[in-house]
Amino acid sequence: MAKIERVVGRACTLRGDDIDTDRIIPARYLRAITFEGLGEHAFEDDREQAKGNHPLDDRRFTGATILVVGHNFGCGSSREHAPQALMRFGFQAFVGGSFAEIFAGNCTALGLPHLCLAPEALSALMDSIDLDPSQEVVVDVANRKVSCRAGTFDASIPEGAHRQLVGGTWNNTAVLLEAGSAIEATAARLPYLKRSEAA
Amino acid sequence: MAPCYAMRTPPRPCYQKGVQTSSPRDSESLSKGGGKTLLDAVWDAHTVRELPNGDTQLFIGLHLVHEVTSPQAFSMLREMGLRVRCPERTFATVDHIIPTDSQRRPLSDDLAEAMMTELERNCREQGIRFFGPETGQQGIVHVIGPELGLTQPGMTIACGDSHTSTHGAFGAVAFGIGTSQVRDVLATQCLSLARPRVRRIEVGGKLAPGVYAKDVILHIIQRLGVKGGIGFAYEYAGAVIEAMSLEERMTVCNMSIEGGARCGYVNPDETTFAYLRGREFAPAGEDEKRVIEWWRSIASGPGASHADRVSLDGREIAPTVTFGIHPGQSVAVDARIPRPDEVRDDERAGLEEALAYMGLTAGAPIAGTPIDVAFIGSCTNGRLSDLREAARIARTGRVAPGVKALVVPGSQAVARAAEAEGLPEIFRSAGFEWREAGCSMCLAMNPDKLVGRQMSASSSNRNFKGRQGSPSGRTLLMSPVMVAAAALRGCVTDVREML
Repeated sequence: MAKIERVVGRACTLRGDDIDTDRIIPARYLRAITFEGLGEHAFEDDREQAKGNHPLDDRRFTGATILVVGHNFGCGSSREHAPQALMRFGFQAFVGGSFAEIFAGNCTALGLPHLCLAPEALSALMDSIDLDPSQEVVVDVANRKVSCRAGTFDASIPEGAHRQLVGGTWNNTAVLLEAGSAIEATAARLPYLKRSEAA
Repeated sequence: MAPCYAMRTPPRPCYQKGVQTSSPRDSESLSKGGGKTLLDAVWDAHTVRELPNGDTQLFIGLHLVHEVTSPQAFSMLREMGLRVRCPERTFATVDHIIPTDSQRRPLSDDLAEAMMTELERNCREQGIRFFGPETGQQGIVHVIGPELGLTQPGMTIACGDSHTSTHGAFGAVAFGIGTSQVRDVLATQCLSLARPRVRRIEVGGKLAPGVYAKDVILHIIQRLGVKGGIGFAYEYAGAVIEAMSLEERMTVCNMSIEGGARCGYVNPDETTFAYLRGREFAPAGEDEKRVIEWWRSIASGPGASHADRVSLDGREIAPTVTFGIHPGQSVAVDARIPRPDEVRDDERAGLEEALAYMGLTAGAPIAGTPIDVAFIGSCTNGRLSDLREAARIARTGRVAPGVKALVVPGSQAVARAAEAEGLPEIFRSAGFEWREAGCSMCLAMNPDKLVGRQMSASSSNRNFKGRQGSPSGRTLLMSPVMVAAAALRGCVTDVREML
């Protein structure tokens, strides 16, 4: 698995708090048995309603690989289709005020860093990108920093996610399997499972 | 009664900034001689090991699976050459995509039929018990787990659905997860998780007539905010919660996720044990005696250490209605919609966006807002007690002209129990449609959808933009009785006038 130490590229700003996963990918696109093709439907209804003025349709942001968002991004439904859609649209990292926990967990599982900035830093980063969307933004996952022309800002990410991304261990299945028979040993100690095994 | 401008009351406590908390932040100072919270007791019992990244490898006692978030996980499992590790701890049903007019196979919708077929195949191949429509036990995953007795105190529960927090009503620790994590649980029966802190939310006093569990949780979310729960498990307690039935506790725990919390729970008590007794998968006889002892032992004791505590007065809670585009934007039904100058700076832009989308006027009363659709159902409020209470209102009149009103039982078992009490006749003769079990118009992955800018009075859990199936559709969240009242009057109505 790849070590995700840094993501460098142009960034797109998407302002506003509490943007939920229904908006990121409307439920009608969950009527499928694969994640294929989700990228083209990212934020579909918001974009339709913005009539071309949505950041994802702004030509200045075309080709951006970093999405900069507000607070509580990805709240609501647990659908992994949301980060899948954004990843397939072309984003490789998220920077924001805060992320809903299930969304953040889904991002980690896909190798997508999600770094949080303090309000002032987030505001400075967004303003700088909006002023010059052609600039290179550096999401330094390893050192928990985000840099742009306006400066370098301290960022935070949950410790577990940080170690997984930087260490290249973000596919949990492999890590969890290493526990081997300790899994069954834990189950055997649970009072509510003793009966099931006897039955 | 004095109008209650909910947003004019003191600003919501902002926990991230550490202001206005009603209690000390220092967990040590809250501890009276140690003791674990239920969250900690359950967490410790299920810990397989501490992982190199600092998270815990947690054994999952019950894995619930549905058709929308699992097919990719099963595919990944196959690609890795793995099988389901504990098929006997894994149970599946179909709820999101199933039509509620006819469940006859093949389903009229090809995509829905393909998803259902895929789930059936995965369950067959992996030896997983599947509660399909023909079993008589199908329903919304968070309705059938509890009613079958699968959901029990002290369990860790996971499901690829954010409303898995519902199961916390039993004193279980229940997580909504994404599809990669569904793969993890299928393959290893474990999750990698960081232990959340516990915020105890005590709701004291007593609820007034016409005020329900839905109003309690909407009120909590309004006070603590939709992101106030990030990093926390919510422990609901106090006289109001203790007096609730299990079905009411499920309504409260269901919407923990709407407050940003990772999970929510109520400590198990005699009400919990009585609910479980006699259910298909619940322990019986000697097993029950033994396990009840354990269930009692894991409840948070008086000395348990909580990271935070919040107290609310149940007597202050009124029937509550959302006016915006997230569940924290709500007011008492007799209050006015807030004006942008009345709210905190960081809420103003969200409020303005909400009012523009909803087409509602700042400062106007929420009561009297016309509706086009009334929806009673969902994992929040699609249980027998919800339908009974709504029927009490429905029997007093007729659905207003021009309003489409839908009642969707949460499971086939709920439907049978309702039929035994004659509830469908009451609803039908009042002009409601009585449907078959499923998620239906909560998220509109089946044919039950809003059209255009229709305004919906809904007993579901989310009022997000486009949530109910039309990209410009609008949702007002409220309790099932309030939905029934709105259906009869054709507008948002204070149900207390009709009691």
